[in-house]
Amino acid sequence: MDLQFSDEDLAFRDEVRAFLKTNLPANLLDRSDRGLHPIKEDIEAWQKSLHKKGWIAPNWPVEYGGTGWSLTQKYIYNREYFLSGAPQTIAFGLNMVGPVIYTFGTEAQKNEYLGDILASNTWWCQGYSEPGSGSDLASLRTKAERDGDDYVINGQKIWTSFAQHADMMFCLVRTNTECKPQEGISFILIDMNTPGIEVRPIIGLDQDHTLNEVFFENVRVPAQNLIGEENKGWTYAKYLLGHERNIIARVARSQYQLARLKKIARLERRGTGLLIEDNDFRRRIAKVEVDLMALEAMELRYLSQDIAGKKLMAEPSVLKIRGAEIAQAIKTLTVEALGPYGMVYEAEDQLTMRNDGPLGPDYAHGAMADHLYQRAATIYGGTNEIQRNIIAKLILR
Amino acid sequence: MDFELSAEQAMLKDSVERFIQDNYAFSQWQALAGSDLGYSANNWKTFAEMGWLMLPFAEENGGLGGSVVDVAVVTEALGAGMTLEPLMSSVLLGGKLVEYLGDEIQKEAILGAVAEGTKTLALAYGEPAARFDLSFAETRARKSEAGYVLIGRKSVVLHAASADGLIVIARTAGEADDVAGISAFLVEPDAPGLRCQDYPLVDGGRASDVFLADTPAELLGEEGTALAALQRVIDEATCAVCAEAVGAMGWVLEVTKDYTATRNQFGKAIGDNQVIQHRLVDMFTAVEEAKAITDMTVMRVAEGAENASAQVSAMKAKVGEAARFVGAQGVQLHGGIGMTDEYPIGHYFKRLMALDVMFGDTAHHLNRFAETV
Repeated sequence: MDLQFSDEDLAFRDEVRAFLKTNLPANLLDRSDRGLHPIKEDIEAWQKSLHKKGWIAPNWPVEYGGTGWSLTQKYIYNREYFLSGAPQTIAFGLNMVGPVIYTFGTEAQKNEYLGDILASNTWWCQGYSEPGSGSDLASLRTKAERDGDDYVINGQKIWTSFAQHADMMFCLVRTNTECKPQEGISFILIDMNTPGIEVRPIIGLDQDHTLNEVFFENVRVPAQNLIGEENKGWTYAKYLLGHERNIIARVARSQYQLARLKKIARLERRGTGLLIEDNDFRRRIAKVEVDLMALEAMELRYLSQDIAGKKLMAEPSVLKIRGAEIAQAIKTLTVEALGPYGMVYEAEDQLTMRNDGPLGPDYAHGAMADHLYQRAATIYGGTNEIQRNIIAKLILR
Repeated sequence: MDFELSAEQAMLKDSVERFIQDNYAFSQWQALAGSDLGYSANNWKTFAEMGWLMLPFAEENGGLGGSVVDVAVVTEALGAGMTLEPLMSSVLLGGKLVEYLGDEIQKEAILGAVAEGTKTLALAYGEPAARFDLSFAETRARKSEAGYVLIGRKSVVLHAASADGLIVIARTAGEADDVAGISAFLVEPDAPGLRCQDYPLVDGGRASDVFLADTPAELLGEEGTALAALQRVIDEATCAVCAEAVGAMGWVLEVTKDYTATRNQFGKAIGDNQVIQHRLVDMFTAVEEAKAITDMTVMRVAEGAENASAQVSAMKAKVGEAARFVGAQGVQLHGGIGMTDEYPIGHYFKRLMALDVMFGDTAHHLNRFAETV
C-alpha cells in the first residue's frame, strides 16, 4: 500500500492545475461560486477551450478524441478540475450519449455526432424519465412506431434538464409492448427542431429554469437515428448509467465547497468575534470534513481496485449515496452560516434587477440557490432509496 | 395536567381552520406570495374581525387577554396554510413589545389600532453581526435637543416595507456586546435618514434591511430597559413559531402519506415499501415530539415558569430539527415533483427551513440550552 503518486503523475497534476488557473474564465467561476448555473454561451465557450487543449473528453478512447490518460491521470484531472471551482461540463453529450454512440453506434452515426459533441457544437438533453416512470424507468410509455423509413413518436418526457437549450435528445422509447418492459425499449436520437416537439419549462425550488417537460406529438424521426438494435435500448441505457462513475462521489467539488464554507465562516461576524471562532460551528464543519475524508478514501480505494482490474459492483452506489448526502450537508451548513440571512432568497432574475447591491453578504444568494438545487442530489440518477436497494441486492445474498 | 383544548380553544382552532380552507388554497397562496404587498389586505381584515389580532393583548389594552397557549392554537392552525399575513411582525413582535414596554400614552396611541388591524408594526431587533443574540447591538441612539436620533443597520426586519410604524432596538449606553444599555424606539416609516432595502424571504415572506442615518425616533418606555421585555417577546413569539411549524409539519406528513399511497412504481404504491413506511414513521415521530414539547413549553410559559427561557430553547432546538427533517423528507419522498415551484410541498420545506432560522436556529438554541446543563 502506498499513497504517493508518481513524479510523472505529480507533474501532470501541476500542468492541469496551471492550465485551469490561467484559462478558467473569471465570470464562469464567479457564477459557479455563487451557486448559479452557467449561461449557455459561457459554458460552451469554456468547453470549446478545453476541446482546443484536447482535454474535453478524458474518458473517450483515443481514436474518438480521448486523451489516452491512465485511470490515475483521469482521476487527477477530474480532481483538479473540480478543485479549481470550474462548473461541471455539460454531461449529456460528453459523458452520456457520446460513449453510447462510439460503443453501439453505426459509422455514419459516429461521423455525424461525435465531432460536434467534442467541439460543443451541439447541446444534448436526456429523454429518460416520464411522469409515471421515475425510479421504475423501464415502465416508460413514450411510443415509437415504425412507419416507412421513420419512427413516429408520441408521448411525454419529464425532468429534462436544459431541454430549452438542446439541439438533440437521446431518448428511450417503447417499441414493443408485448414483452417484459425492459425488452421493448429502444434508444433513439431526436433532433429537437423536429415538428411536433414541445418543450415546457418546469420552474424549480430555486425558482430557476433548468427542468422541462417535453411533449411528442406524431414526431417523425428517421429510422437511421436508432442506436443499435430495436428493443435493445435498455442495455445501452444501463451502459450509460455505469459510465458516470468518475464524477459520482463529487469529492473534489465538495472539497471546494467546504473550503468556501470555511471562508464564509471566517467572514461572518458573530458578536465581537467571527463565526469560525464558534467551537460548536467549527465542530460541525469538522464532522462534515471527516465524512468527506472517508468518502475520498473510499474513492481512492475503489480507483486502486479498478486499476488492479477488480470489477466494481455495489461501490458506485455507495459513493453516490454518501456523495449526495455530504454535498447536501455542506450546503445546509453554508446556509446556516448566514444566520438570519438564511431566511432570505430572491430569484436570480429579481436579483439582477437590483440597483442597490445584494442583500446581506454577497455570497448569500448562491448559498441558498445551491442549497435548494442540491435537494435533488438524493433524487436524480436513482434516488438514495433506490441506490440502497441496489446495494442490498448485491451484498445480501 | 391537561393537554386537551378547552371548548373556547377548540372553537378558535375550528375558526382558523375554516379560514384556511376558504382562503388558502395553494393557488391563492401563490398569488399572494407573488404580489407586491406579499399578503392579502382582505385576509388581514378577516384576522382583525375574527379577533386574532386582539387575542394576545391584555383586556385593559383593548385585547382579549388570550394566553400564549391561545396564540399557539391560532398559529398552529395557520401553519397548515402557510399564511403570509403579518400577525407575527405586527402583533406578536411589535404590538407585544409596545404592551410590555410602552408608557400609558404610547399604549393608548398604538395598541388599539394594532389590535384592530388598522396599523401594522415591524420590529427591527436583529443586526448582521448579532446573529441571534438579542443583547448584541451596534445600532446607537444619540440624544439631541430635539429628541433621539438613531444610527446603524438592522437586518431581516419582517414586513418592514408594509409597516405603518417601526420599532427599532438601539443602544443608549455601553459597548456592542453589553447586556445593559438596550432601548427601544418608535420610528415613523417616512422619517428622514431611514432607508429600507426590501427583499423576499425563501418562504414567500417579506423582510428588509433597515439603514438608519441620524433618524429621529421616540423612546419607547424608559431608557435602557428594553432587553428583558424584548427577551420575553421573542420567547413568546418563539412559542408561536414552533406551533406554526407543528401545523406545517402536520400538513407535510398528511400530504406525503397521501402521495406515497398513490404514486405507483414497480407495480405497487411506493408507500408499500417498508423503507418508505419507516421514513414516514420517523416523520410522524418527529411531529409527535415537536407537538408535545411545544404544547408543554407553551403551557409552562403561559403559567410564567421561572426557567421559561431555557424551556423555550429546548423546544426550539427540538422543533427546528424536526422541521428540517420533516420538510426535507417531504421533498425526498415526492421525488422530482417535490423539487418544483408549482407543487406545494417544496414551499412547505422552505417555510419550515425559515421557521427553523427564525428567532434562532437549532444550533443557537441548543447552545443556549447547554448553558443550563
